Amino acid sequence: MPTIPEIDPVTLAVVQAGLQQVCDEMDLTFSRAAFSPVIAEANDRSDGIYAAEDGALIAQGSQGLPVFVGIMQFSTRTIIARITSGETAAPEPGDIYIVNDPYLGGTHLMDVRFAMPFWRDGRIFCWLSNTGHWPDIGGAVPGGFSASATSAEQEGLRLPPVKLFKKGVMDREIWDIIRSNIRVSEQRIGDVKAQASALLVGAERLGALLDRYGDVTVQAVIGEMRRLAARQMRAMIALIPPGPFHARAYVDSDGVVNTPLTIALTVERRDDALHFDFTGSSLPCAGPMNSVRATTLSSVYLAMRHIFPDVPISAGAFEPLLVKGIAGTFLDAHYPRPVSGCAAEVSQRIAEAVFAALVQALPDRVTAAPAGTSGNFGLGGFDPEKQQDFVMYQISGGGYGGNAYQDGLSNGCSTIGISKAPPVEIMEQNFPILYRRYALHEGSGGAGRHRGGFGLDYEIELLRGSARASFVMDHGRTGPLGALGGHDGALNRVEVTRDGQVMVPEHLSKAQDIVLQPGDRVRVRTPGGGGYGDPAKRDPDLIAEDLRLGRYSAEQSRILFGKS
Amino acid sequence: MAGLVAGVDVGGTFTDLMILDPASGDVRIAKVPTTLPNQAAGVIAAFETAGADLGDIDLIIHGTTTTTNAVLERALCRTGLITTAGFRDVLELGRRTRPQAYGMTGRFRPVIPRDLRLEVPERMDALGRVVTELNEAALRIAVKRLVDAGCESLVIHFLHAYANPAHELRAARIAAEIWPNPYITMGHALLSESREFERGVTAAVNASVQPLLERYVTRLATELRSRGYKNGLLVMNGNGGMVAADKVAREAVKSVMSGPASGVMAAVAVGRRAGMNNLLTYDMGGTSTDVAMIRDGRAPVSNEIEIEYAMPIHVPMVDVRTVGAGGGSIARVDAGGMLRVGPESAGSYPGPVCYGRGGLFVTISDANLILGRLPASRFGVAAQAARDAMATQIAHPLGLSLERAAEAVIRIANTQMAGAVRMVSISMGADPRDFALFAFGGAGPLHAVALARELAVPRVLLPARPGITNALGCVVADLRHDFVRTLNRPLDTADIAQVHAILAGQNTEGRALIGAEKITLTGIEAEFSADMQFIGQTHLLRIALPHATPTREQLQSLFEAAYHARFKVDLPEVRANLVNLNCSVIGRRPELDLARLIAPLGRLENFSVRETRDVWFGEWLKTPVYWRDQLPLHLSLTGPAVIEQMDTTTLVEPGCTVTSDADGNLIITVPYAHNT
Repeated sequence: MPTIPEIDPVTLAVVQAGLQQVCDEMDLTFSRAAFSPVIAEANDRSDGIYAAEDGALIAQGSQGLPVFVGIMQFSTRTIIARITSGETAAPEPGDIYIVNDPYLGGTHLMDVRFAMPFWRDGRIFCWLSNTGHWPDIGGAVPGGFSASATSAEQEGLRLPPVKLFKKGVMDREIWDIIRSNIRVSEQRIGDVKAQASALLVGAERLGALLDRYGDVTVQAVIGEMRRLAARQMRAMIALIPPGPFHARAYVDSDGVVNTPLTIALTVERRDDALHFDFTGSSLPCAGPMNSVRATTLSSVYLAMRHIFPDVPISAGAFEPLLVKGIAGTFLDAHYPRPVSGCAAEVSQRIAEAVFAALVQALPDRVTAAPAGTSGNFGLGGFDPEKQQDFVMYQISGGGYGGNAYQDGLSNGCSTIGISKAPPVEIMEQNFPILYRRYALHEGSGGAGRHRGGFGLDYEIELLRGSARASFVMDHGRTGPLGALGGHDGALNRVEVTRDGQVMVPEHLSKAQDIVLQPGDRVRVRTPGGGGYGDPAKRDPDLIAEDLRLGRYSAEQSRILFGKS
Repeated sequence: MAGLVAGVDVGGTFTDLMILDPASGDVRIAKVPTTLPNQAAGVIAAFETAGADLGDIDLIIHGTTTTTNAVLERALCRTGLITTAGFRDVLELGRRTRPQAYGMTGRFRPVIPRDLRLEVPERMDALGRVVTELNEAALRIAVKRLVDAGCESLVIHFLHAYANPAHELRAARIAAEIWPNPYITMGHALLSESREFERGVTAAVNASVQPLLERYVTRLATELRSRGYKNGLLVMNGNGGMVAADKVAREAVKSVMSGPASGVMAAVAVGRRAGMNNLLTYDMGGTSTDVAMIRDGRAPVSNEIEIEYAMPIHVPMVDVRTVGAGGGSIARVDAGGMLRVGPESAGSYPGPVCYGRGGLFVTISDANLILGRLPASRFGVAAQAARDAMATQIAHPLGLSLERAAEAVIRIANTQMAGAVRMVSISMGADPRDFALFAFGGAGPLHAVALARELAVPRVLLPARPGITNALGCVVADLRHDFVRTLNRPLDTADIAQVHAILAGQNTEGRALIGAEKITLTGIEAEFSADMQFIGQTHLLRIALPHATPTREQLQSLFEAAYHARFKVDLPEVRANLVNLNCSVIGRRPELDLARLIAPLGRLENFSVRETRDVWFGEWLKTPVYWRDQLPLHLSLTGPAVIEQMDTTTLVEPGCTVTSDADGNLIITVPYAHNT
């Protein structure tokens, strides 16, 4: 039975809900006011409240991008440390810092963080911070996902923490430097204002909450929330047998050297803490599939949150999750290793390793592996009809893993995302392309007692002008892992038809600057989810239904399930 | 006695009827169980219970959950889809989402199964230019296959048909030749804007509920006629307006979610008579709470509502936000020792512990009972079971007294409901201090004062009959048609003459539709609005227009002002985009006298305290309990008080004052203080 908390449970719950609402409103403001569809539609952003002394996460918006679940506490912590050491200028009321340096507690360069001290009575009470994925940050390729970059400089403009807003006014000189280094910069001022506006709305709401309940009470609630989240996570961990549980997940290649990268993971429970040991994972790589420490830790946190969604997002929840063995591996890369693939791809392989280890321990709670790739397909070129350059991204989802209770969802978004796909009609309005197909990737769900969900099968034709295609995807070499006797989901497949000839990229899921002419086509089939349990035990009615609906061919059904 | 107007609303649990005599203002009401699958039986039973002679009734306005239930339960008619080659899975793939941000599981059932979704060669590009001609031979084969498969209705949904509907029109004509069928829906007909998934789902829902709605309405009309009813039947739509029953099935999808809409329309009507045109509506029922913001006497209408996970229905609907907190919401202490309420609900069956129907988990209603807000006498032995459940499930784990535990459950539920109200008000740039809280539903009046205090809303408006507000919404509903036309042009190059022509055309079309109905009206009004954004954005902001001939400068300044109010941002660097022009044409029915919703004869000059009981307001207070039907119109009460009536209980906290207006609405003034 829990002990009596120091603060009464009503105030605790009410203030906690209040802090959560502050963050949710910041998320909503940011998305609704943003220009970039990456933020406005794909919700590739997150907002939160962080502790004044160490940047520890107090509360975060419930609709923030999952991969940012732990990130901003690392970047806020770094800013506080640099202010203390004098490397970064001390804040005054109205200041907002901007930073995107991956090695200072970040992800990739495109994820730009704003951090604003929240003042009460002349002192910093806490920090309000947010992250937004900017559609471009300079570098070798539009959008920043260079599949063959070998150093950070090729990936774009790197900003240490500097004050973009000083005493409430934007510093035009810093903005001019940024603006001169990024593509399609005209609309970015709208995004910058939206990102700052979210923090200001948050400050207004948080001020009202403090006025109402009193600073001392809210501070006490924050401390209590952290203890309760830790206790709740520990109670959940107590459900897990001691282990050890082993899993391996593989990144196809780093985009430069065509060999797979290994994530080796051993999970063990000791008392009420969970230890994640990545010893034996691959060395840092030449291409952009390195991860930075903050992203690696955040990937473990987000995987655990997928498993225990009821535990609130708070620094306390992360306390019993201990990560080791990443030093010297590609999961803890340092400057100048390229890192553009860390947030979108490596993070999902880390989560997959966590799922694959813990599905053995918690078969009722954990699913077989989901498709687990963001499927980034970038196309840049010139549209002669509109007489303008264009940069297009198509990101895609895939099937989710089967689980103890049901089949996996089809065409779900990535493990680390919550974005909506843009409609085909909007894409065709904006870019000189025609979709020939937008369909279920038939046969892709991994066989199992509960099969994986199905991926997407789409094909795009270039209509006019010329363009260059780039891909940063994964699971082209090995499929999403099946669990407890289930089969792996189908592979990600990229096919480029140029001048009637079909080619497959050398790195399968990664390629850069493939030149396309009108009539050339790109077809992508995204992975299905892993199957769960022995396919021979699948309900014959469900096998028959999948066959009737054409989700598997008769031959596939016979091979996978022994029935057709 | 002739000329009576009846509003009958079918809800999840009860069917409510209100019959009003416009001449005298006299009212008869009835509340009977909803009957499924045939809701008509319940409707007839309600008229019988009210002792009404259908021959005396002039007009029946009906709110039905037939289509809402069919969609949510996927109990749909067998419907086929014919679509562009390569795209039959659009309805199943959705927008690449999952139901929750965390938890890699989910389930999605497409409106039309894969084997009934067929493809034909045809293609338009984004500008509506033909890329591939419609293959008519393939179309004929597809139509025949769907007939053979036993389909009852058909959807024709082609890519970019909003830009050029020629192929959809030709395909529908050919299909009708082969298969004469009243239920053919073309994708562009209901929603002529881009987004193939949303447009396709809207069309698919329409086709697959059309036969159901038509059969139901026909059956109901026949039954009413056989019992002597001679006049027209009108059906409530999700936009809060009504249409003639014989036309409602043509755009059946518009009747989805009409239940929440009728409650909001009742609030508009009651508020107008009470002189309160800024209202936050708060409808708390057994499993959930609906909230909406009414500004300047206008119900909020949106074209972009998703009624459940991956189920977008993009036709104009009253914009109501729902949270999973109702009387049946379950309270629990989680593994970390934190108290949580909902979203799990005991529903109406087995319901709260105090219902004595086998419910084991302690709920909000149980908490209200324990605190004396509901009379223990009504619940018998189950009242003790509720106390025991609160003690073991909440009080002991948290180390609290029984009263403090129950109070905590209610406070947390109130916080969640207040959060929902903030999202529809403060987040939209509105200040709650300018509003009154319009509380209804079975549980709304119990929590209204606390919620108003939480939100700093100064007044609570309680209608005479909070438990049958939706039926009142039907009684007072106007005729209404909504139009949306997508323009999507930069404001500084938009053809303003065309803008005026579009708005004028919408107005004319709406007036013609309304003029064709045989309903007495006092006038026809039109409301105009524009959906705008800055160029490059994807979200829209709706701007109310003062008239149908706005200038370019007016549009720009109205948009900038609204944008600043919402986001605190000025963007002189970026140009504005004019996306949609909207017009709502409303046929106003004569204003009804709502002064006798509570019978004047029952009101007593010297009303008395029915009983005094202990009610918990942070301490036990001896609290007088009144019977609402006895309260006089020149009322002045001070809390604490409990006011009971047939369909709800109102809690008045200490320090609040209660007055009545001429219609018998109670107005509770809440001292403006965040008093925790």
